[in-house]
Amino acid sequence: MEPWATLDPVSVSAAARAQTVPPVAAAALAWALPGLGHLVLGKRQKGLVFLVAIPAMFAIGLGLSGRMFPFDFSQPLAGLAAVAARGIGLPSLAAGWLGYGQGVVTAASYEYGNTFVIVSGLLNMLVALDAFDVASGRK
Amino acid sequence: MTSHAGLLLLFAFFVALVFATIAHDEPAQQLRVGARIFGGFVAAGLVLGWLMYPLPL
Repeated sequence: MEPWATLDPVSVSAAARAQTVPPVAAAALAWALPGLGHLVLGKRQKGLVFLVAIPAMFAIGLGLSGRMFPFDFSQPLAGLAAVAARGIGLPSLAAGWLGYGQGVVTAASYEYGNTFVIVSGLLNMLVALDAFDVASGRK
Repeated sequence: MTSHAGLLLLFAFFVALVFATIAHDEPAQQLRVGARIFGGFVAAGLVLGWLMYPLPL
């Protein structure tokens, strides 16, 4: 057997893997499920942090009687809140299908819940942009 | 944990965690920056709270 045939396989580095994932795909995966984009890019530690922290924040917001606002741009702030809350991707869709996120206006924690829901979506948008940058080789 | 202060701490923790994780790759740096962001959020919340204390005038 030739010497070169006995070499151990070299694992694919995160940098090399990043070059194989199209930036738009990385961003889309990161949007769909928080942390998934970074996990696909080989950034395991970051991906796991996002995977736990952002959905937890979203769930806490729903638990605090927060609302996922409908896309009603006759009330611009409510429309923007709707866009922000959908920034977390599939968890927001799942919550809608399961009937969560109706909001309880009379609950003392309603505004706190809204804040958690909206900010979790905005944070995931930042994470998606970061995944795009990593896949583009900018970071 | 549904007090205003408790939710402030919880919110600051999550936002600081995500910001620090996005900003840096090294865990030590993430911890340092995350602690600073967390402290900044809490301090700003307390200062703004006291500034608004006399309102409505």
